[in-house]
Amino acid sequence: MDARLLPTVDLDTIFRPRLAQLLNVEEMTAKEKLFTFQFKDGTPLGQDPGQFVEVSAFGIGEAPISVSSSPTRGDTFELCVRAVGNVTNALHRMAPGATVGIRGPFGRGFPVEEMRGRNVLFVAGGLGLVPLRSLIHAVLDMRQDFGAVTILYGTKNPSELLFRNELAQWEARDDVDYQVTVDVADESWRGNVGVITTLFRGLPVDPRNTVAVIVGPPVMYRFVIREVLGKGLPMGRILVSLERRMKCGVGKCGHCQINGVYVCQKGPVFTYAELRNLQEAI
Amino acid sequence: MPLKVIEKRDVEPLVRHLMERFQVVGIKKKDGKNTYGVIESPAELRLDSCATITSPKKYFFPQRETLLQFAVDGSWEPQAVVEAQPRIIFGMRPCDIAATWMLDMAFSEVNPDANYLEKRKRALIIGVDCKEPCDEYCFCKSMGTLEVETGYDLFFTAADDTYIVRTGTPEGEALLEEWGKAREALYEDRVKLRAVQREKDERFKEALEFDVEELPRFLEDSYRSLLWDVLGEKCLSCGSCNLVCPTCYCFNVLDEVKLNLSEGERYRVWDSCQLEGFAKVATGENFRERRGDRVRHRFFRKGKYMKEMFGRFGCVGCGRCTRACLVHINPIEVYNQLKGGE
Ligand SMILES: Cc1cc2nc3c(=O)[nH]c(=O)nc-3n(C[C@H](O)[C@H](O)[C@H](O)COP(=O)(O)OP(=O)(O)OC[C@H]3O[C@@H](n4cnc5c(N)ncnc54)[C@H](O)[C@@H]3O)c2cc1C
Ligand code: SF4
Ligand code: SF4
Ligand code: FES
Repeated sequence: MDARLLPTVDLDTIFRPRLAQLLNVEEMTAKEKLFTFQFKDGTPLGQDPGQFVEVSAFGIGEAPISVSSSPTRGDTFELCVRAVGNVTNALHRMAPGATVGIRGPFGRGFPVEEMRGRNVLFVAGGLGLVPLRSLIHAVLDMRQDFGAVTILYGTKNPSELLFRNELAQWEARDDVDYQVTVDVADESWRGNVGVITTLFRGLPVDPRNTVAVIVGPPVMYRFVIREVLGKGLPMGRILVSLERRMKCGVGKCGHCQINGVYVCQKGPVFTYAELRNLQEAI
Repeated sequence: MPLKVIEKRDVEPLVRHLMERFQVVGIKKKDGKNTYGVIESPAELRLDSCATITSPKKYFFPQRETLLQFAVDGSWEPQAVVEAQPRIIFGMRPCDIAATWMLDMAFSEVNPDANYLEKRKRALIIGVDCKEPCDEYCFCKSMGTLEVETGYDLFFTAADDTYIVRTGTPEGEALLEEWGKAREALYEDRVKLRAVQREKDERFKEALEFDVEELPRFLEDSYRSLLWDVLGEKCLSCGSCNLVCPTCYCFNVLDEVKLNLSEGERYRVWDSCQLEGFAKVATGENFRERRGDRVRHRFFRKGKYMKEMFGRFGCVGCGRCTRACLVHINPIEVYNQLKGGE
């Protein structure tokens, strides 16, 4: 019989999530929580640093969230989520033991292999530290494979700083140059005040052997890319991760497009060289 | 592939025969308008009318479609849902056949979309040739979709009292074989077919003032043109153009909880890049906030991006968006305005 006449079959489709259990919730700031998940079947997520997943709060919807943990650290995975809308608030209401759906990992992450042997300059603005953290962990776990490591981090005010324990560890390490700044200080703040570009003044960067990895809100890119170009970095060694509206994560729904490029497929990580002629990108 | 001939009076019996095994979809009159719909009785099928408001994409990519069933508390594995049934689309026009090819590409490449592809695989497409342009809005000839070489199982061209039938696939051939009333085409039929095609070609006029292969370059050169501002000031962001377009396939995904509050389904619905929130993210940033930017995005998709992705234009020249647009934004005029000064 003609294959076309077969009755409807149950198929695995690109829209079917796998079930994962919430193991732990940690409050990071007033708006962000860190969630630790594990797939119910025990398999690891298998993500590359910089990839994202589509998280389902069943009955509410799905949202794209960066994987914040590194594949070098165990079979669980971490998502750091800011409560802004339907799905993210539903996640914030969940307690350990709750079940979510996960599709992915999706997208193109950071080119870790190509970065080996080079100095790495991380620049994180606000929630941008969340995807960047997966790469920072991977680099620190293979520290001897990389040259100088610099981490620049900026938030609007001190209360928005994420992963405080880890920030203190980076600060304490001799093999990491960690610098932080806030746009607006409070009484307890003793550190730098000013937007993140102020940290570039006098910053030593060897343009021949440095990769800059920049993740932050849209406005930050315009200014920070200017700074690293000013340090002489080639466009192909400037990496960014872009946020766009995403509904499917698999290159179909059209929401994530920058000009003709589907961010969920070709990104979210791009080199600036790939973006320089995409007018809608930066 | 063999060429066959069917007497016009045998079409109704053929449709009746097909209805025994398939859902037959074709163009029929509904509320005085031509529309693709399920054929309930063979006499309804209108093989010689054209200009339907909506396109047949709804049979492969319905306006609303269930993707998943789930337990709200995640207590059982979510089930993927794929709805598909054997179906014949009888009388698809060349432009819509070309558009279907485009959707086939979009839904099969990289991450195959079973919800589309299973419906598509179970469908047979019987095309029918146009005799004359639908109206002043269609411009298939300029877009290269007046004739289609592939994308159909069978393709009917009216000639006198007969239809000369091109077979495009073994499945199409088997369908006629099994029915048994189509005869082999003779030399005279081939001559007749060529004459009909020639006459048809003369009746269709070029609408574009340039070779369409130039379109991507003209668009690229016009990215910063004030034309998009002008169109943006006219456009109402109603999204009708996307709904009627046979190659638009963007969608939104939503959840719905059943009345028992413990189960629900996830479904997709057609979406429109012309709507204000289409590219807006939760932090409030809107990457295509200006209306002119959204109009530009639509025309760039049709005339450049899809061509770069799939090798063919995302616009098949059917004219539906013009007919649906309350402010008469017409791709023929837009494309012609892009032409350079040479
Ligand atoms: C690749 C990627 C990685 C990301 N990683 C993270 C991460 O690690 N952590 C994190 O917290 N976030 C991350 N985000 C952002 C996250 O996806 C969004 O915050 C999330 O999708 C919001 O979903 P929601 O259902 O909670 O909000 P929604 O309820 O969808 O919306 C929130 C707000 O957006 C507005 N809105 C929604 N839809 C529309 C519309 N159609 N038109 C106009 N306004 C609308 C609403 O008014 C509302 O105020 C990432 C995004 C991407 C693309
Ligand atoms: S853009 Fe308009 S003319 Fe072109 S295929 Fe879509 S509806 Fe038809
Ligand atoms: S149909 Fe016309 S008015 Fe409506 S969104 Fe499309 S171009 Fe704008
Ligand atoms: S998120 Fe749907 S196409 Fe990229």
